[in-house]
Amino acid sequence: MSGISMVLVVIVAFLAGMEGILDEFQFHQPLVACTLIGLVTGNLEAGIVLGGSLQMIALGWANIGAAVAPDAALASVASAIILVLGGQGVKGVSSAIAIAVPLAVAGLFLTMIVRTLAVPVVHFMDAAAEKGEMRKVEMWHIIAVCMQGVRIAIPAAALLVIPADTVRGFLESMPAWLTDGMAIGGGMVVAVGYAMVINMMATKEVWPFFAIGFAIAALSELTLIALGVIAVAFALIYLNLQESSSGGSNGGGGNTGDPLGDILNDY
Amino acid sequence: MAEKISLSKKDRLAVAWRSTFIQGSWNYERMQNGGWCYAILPAIKKLYTTKEDRTAAMQRHLEFFNTHPYIASPIMGVTLALEEERANGAPVDDVAIQGVKVGMMGPLAGVGDPVFWFTVRPMLGALGASLALAGNILGPIIFFLAWNIIRWAFMWYTQEFGYRAGSKITDDLSGGLLQKVTKGASILGMFVLGALVQRWVNVKFTPIVSTVKLDKGAYIEWDKLPAGAQGIKAALEQQGSGLALNSSKVTTLQDNLDSLIPGLAALLLTLLCMWLLKKKVSPIVIILGLFVVGVGLHVLGIM
Repeated sequence: MSGISMVLVVIVAFLAGMEGILDEFQFHQPLVACTLIGLVTGNLEAGIVLGGSLQMIALGWANIGAAVAPDAALASVASAIILVLGGQGVKGVSSAIAIAVPLAVAGLFLTMIVRTLAVPVVHFMDAAAEKGEMRKVEMWHIIAVCMQGVRIAIPAAALLVIPADTVRGFLESMPAWLTDGMAIGGGMVVAVGYAMVINMMATKEVWPFFAIGFAIAALSELTLIALGVIAVAFALIYLNLQESSSGGSNGGGGNTGDPLGDILNDY
Repeated sequence: MAEKISLSKKDRLAVAWRSTFIQGSWNYERMQNGGWCYAILPAIKKLYTTKEDRTAAMQRHLEFFNTHPYIASPIMGVTLALEEERANGAPVDDVAIQGVKVGMMGPLAGVGDPVFWFTVRPMLGALGASLALAGNILGPIIFFLAWNIIRWAFMWYTQEFGYRAGSKITDDLSGGLLQKVTKGASILGMFVLGALVQRWVNVKFTPIVSTVKLDKGAYIEWDKLPAGAQGIKAALEQQGSGLALNSSKVTTLQDNLDSLIPGLAALLLTLLCMWLLKKKVSPIVIILGLFVVGVGLHVLGIM
């Protein structure tokens, strides 16, 4: 791998690490991260295929509240680098995936460490704010973002140092039962993310919609866009029906004239 | 009274851009507080000139804050309006500003998670991934562009909406709008989750339940076909008329389950995970456990 490629890989890793916490541009999503690494190392096609496969596994991974999901950033970056070093092209995708998933769990611990390290950082921000130093408050925030970037950039750089032969040997030594089994496990792990959200949202009122979604999705002719349209339509119909039925009996419900108080009470 | 200070569109754009980094210093103590303060700094700089005022404003915005990162935008808009009023001498105290932030962040996070993380992203992600699996570069490009257009449009317009509505927004919200949006988002989310569980939780059992020998005439008799291209043609015709390819029909456990309810195993697995999570089993333990189970069952030949 050329020097320029290596630098670009580390930059991609840095962006992915930042995004792992920011969750804005989605550089940490496998689809984007693996493609970029494939692009800068001249393995575009293998990168795209790996990104697509990993994305399917990571569909339900999301940071909710203070809970952190398996880390897509480390999983995508590291597995893409290993795929490139292994030199098997698209054929190496399945073993790269088997490596990616344990890495996602390892990344989870790394991000927890960085989130803990950010506690003293905000104390520095407090101190700067007390003195009215706006520049310093900004600086510390940027440092904190960079810490998250470095979290992925360092493992990426470390992987690049390992000779390609070693990586290839390691990949070839992985038995098929392990890689296949990991892939099967990966297919099931998705359920954990879904279960988290369902636990958060589920009420007696909305369970029927889960059932409808489950039943309708079995029709493989329906595209995802069609499913989305049906979902939005259901939500609108339900809300409108509810409004028209409650509108006649008790207009407004528990509006006590203290709006902020109500919200605070609900919260 | 002195000339009214107000935030220009440029100031508001600066705040919106900086909101992109709201999670940057996410920490276990006060969560998004650092990012929030970083985002609102351009406004503080514009609205307050003395060191005391600026210090007080920064400290006020370094308090605990946590919500969905995009949903922070409408809250930011309202906060900007409140800070503007305050800078112009209106009696808006710290408690009022903090009250609005805390009052909005909880319920609104409940809208953002199902809509963005569990409806828009899985949909765009699956769309992009299905293209990418075939090696098509459009997969990642569509995902990246569509997501960022939606995200930026949402962040900017809701921040503007919050800014214009200002403190009045709490009236709107208590009029049932927020409850309605939350409920709509949960309906949407639950529907899509049902679909996702059906389509993307992969649980496949491989054991063969039965191998039935088919009657003569129900399958293609390969050795009796004419040679060459004629044979292929004949085979395709026979298959088209409903003949099986092999002389025996293999039924796996999965085929049986699928004819009952497609995705039943996936559903049961999801329910099991929900139950374990409710029993306070750590998600990391469940994830690791599923890998062990996956490898184990594969070795045993069950999956």
